[in-house]
Amino acid sequence: MKTESVLEKVLASGNLAVTSECGPPRGCVPEKVRQKAELLRGYVDAVNVTDNQTAMVRMSSFAAAVVLRQLGLHPILQMVTRDRNRLAMQSDIIGAYSFDINTMMCLSGDHPQFGDHPMAAGVHDIDSIQFVQMVKKMRDEGKFQGGADIESPPRMFIGAAANPFADPFELRVARLAKKVAAGADFIQTQCIYNLDKFEKWMEGVRNRGLHEKCHILAGVTPIKTVGMARYMKNKVPGMDVPQEVVDRMAGVPKEKQADEGIKICVETIERLKQVKGVAGFHIMAIEWEQKVPEIVERAGLYPRPNVGI
Amino acid sequence: MMEEFEPVIVAFCCHFCAYTAADMAGSLRLCYPANVKIVRVPCSGKVDTIHILKAFEGGADGVYVAGCLEGDCHFKNGNVRAAKRVTYTRKLLEDIGIGGQRLEMVNLSAGMGERFAEIARQITEKIRKLGPNPIRNLTRPVTEAAVQTSKEQTLQ
Amino acid sequence: MITAERKPLEEIIEYIRPFQKILLVGCNECVTVCAAGGRKEVGILSASLQMSLLKQGKNLQIREHTLERQCDPEYVEELTPMIDGVDAVLSMACGCGVQEMSRRFKDKPVFPAVNTKFMGASERQGVWAERCQGCGDCLLGITGGICPIARCSKQLMNGPCGGSTTGKCEISPDVDCAWQLIWDRLKALGLEDRYERIIPAKDWRPGRGAGPRKIIREDLAE
Repeated sequence: MKTESVLEKVLASGNLAVTSECGPPRGCVPEKVRQKAELLRGYVDAVNVTDNQTAMVRMSSFAAAVVLRQLGLHPILQMVTRDRNRLAMQSDIIGAYSFDINTMMCLSGDHPQFGDHPMAAGVHDIDSIQFVQMVKKMRDEGKFQGGADIESPPRMFIGAAANPFADPFELRVARLAKKVAAGADFIQTQCIYNLDKFEKWMEGVRNRGLHEKCHILAGVTPIKTVGMARYMKNKVPGMDVPQEVVDRMAGVPKEKQADEGIKICVETIERLKQVKGVAGFHIMAIEWEQKVPEIVERAGLYPRPNVGI
Repeated sequence: MMEEFEPVIVAFCCHFCAYTAADMAGSLRLCYPANVKIVRVPCSGKVDTIHILKAFEGGADGVYVAGCLEGDCHFKNGNVRAAKRVTYTRKLLEDIGIGGQRLEMVNLSAGMGERFAEIARQITEKIRKLGPNPIRNLTRPVTEAAVQTSKEQTLQ
Repeated sequence: MITAERKPLEEIIEYIRPFQKILLVGCNECVTVCAAGGRKEVGILSASLQMSLLKQGKNLQIREHTLERQCDPEYVEELTPMIDGVDAVLSMACGCGVQEMSRRFKDKPVFPAVNTKFMGASERQGVWAERCQGCGDCLLGITGGICPIARCSKQLMNGPCGGSTTGKCEISPDVDCAWQLIWDRLKALGLEDRYERIIPAKDWRPGRGAGPRKIIREDLAE
């Protein structure tokens, strides 16, 4: 084992891992973090805590992750290169690890233009791949990025993101290979609706043996309404929602759409279970955390394995 | 009582169309207002923002640029460029406080003597309604100055 | 070239409002090429200011002059005979020119009439686009001649991110994805292998990291 991470233990045990997400609140309301956390308790192995997602200011992911950890849950600290330079990142990593947070995601983050501070300067001192390299160096060499020794280095289980649906498609496996070479231990993918394309991507992943070098968690997001399906299809760059999914949502009455969305999500997980190389699932139920237990149960992923924590 | 306002209008006319059309209007003995002072240019595309501004600075109440019909420019697309420049200059005139509507782009061919006279009448009436250029009486005596500075500039 | 755009007229007028006589100085270099501050734009701004202020009842005196190069002390010297006769200087050069004027004419207020934008190239008539951020340690040799620092919205040195869609950047369909361009170039040159190499974290010291920069050529410096 590289780390103490529960996620690493679950993955090493050969079980399909399940992670979910908790978006911190836009204010000093730690009780909201606790509420969301309690909804997920027992149903997921670890919980991503997003870092100013969609470039909107929120409670820091570090602080919210500490709240989760103190409740006995296992947060995955997300961190984006958009808001911090390498000094700030490394100090937060040490800080987080000092609070027993041992799993993280290294991301570049949404561009400030998409958020409510479009006037903010994006930092982008390093990119997500260099970020992974930095965290690995901290863990495996016990050195800061600048080269100095770390007294008691943070041992982070390192995650990164991959989007199989962005362009150019031919680079999507190659870029994953770069992330793996940089030191990513696990990958969470963009939410998957176009299963054919995902399977094609996974074939490329397997051809290069990348699934053996890192664990790939397939991302899924339940759709609440047909409006949401259309929005994701047309407005979110890098999302691939096939017309059939939109039509299926549109084909049921409004009050049944949420159920249909959950059903699609569960079916997606079932099909993804058959894809060789998929090591688990990342369920992103955006502002719909209460549905995660149901999805996990219906997808046959409950109870979660006991890895002795 | 103030005497009735007689606007001064500078028309930059392309040699190949509007200028010839003005000639034709003359030989057809068509009446058009004497307010319009013509500055002949080799192509409407030769007219720059600075020429138009100098006309207004000299006291012109209105300016128009007359070029060939679309697709008929002797220099391929001088008239299209002129139209873009006029749009740009209208915005500038708005910022300056002169008013963008005092400037226009028109297109016609050499054979359109009648249309030339009609345009001259329409624009003169429009400018008459708008009233004097707000800086008209604050500069040098108008008319000659307006035409002269425009000509000097065009020749530069 | 260094590109620039004229400031809004209103802002310029606010700068010069307290003064009676101003010297309006253009530059024959980059700002002429990008149609922001050359001789022609000096004429247009001069006429615009004069008319606008005249309308407000003020007869502003403007002396127009366009220098060969406003960022070079040799050329700025040309203005010495004119400077005493004016209350303030309005510069249409890039920020470098404006600062050279401030340095040379210590007792005259100097104001910028343009916003200096970026180092770029002309894409076509009337269109300029950013190409270089002056990072001080050029990557173009390993990125197929296309700069990810200047042209990727997230400055990714190992792109493209998950927002690249049909060759465009997620921030706008008008912005090309720099990494798509890089990839296309690498393929065209038969250098696909190069993509797989991780470009390491950048040392920003040759850029702005180590404070304001200076080049000293010992063989040329006096």
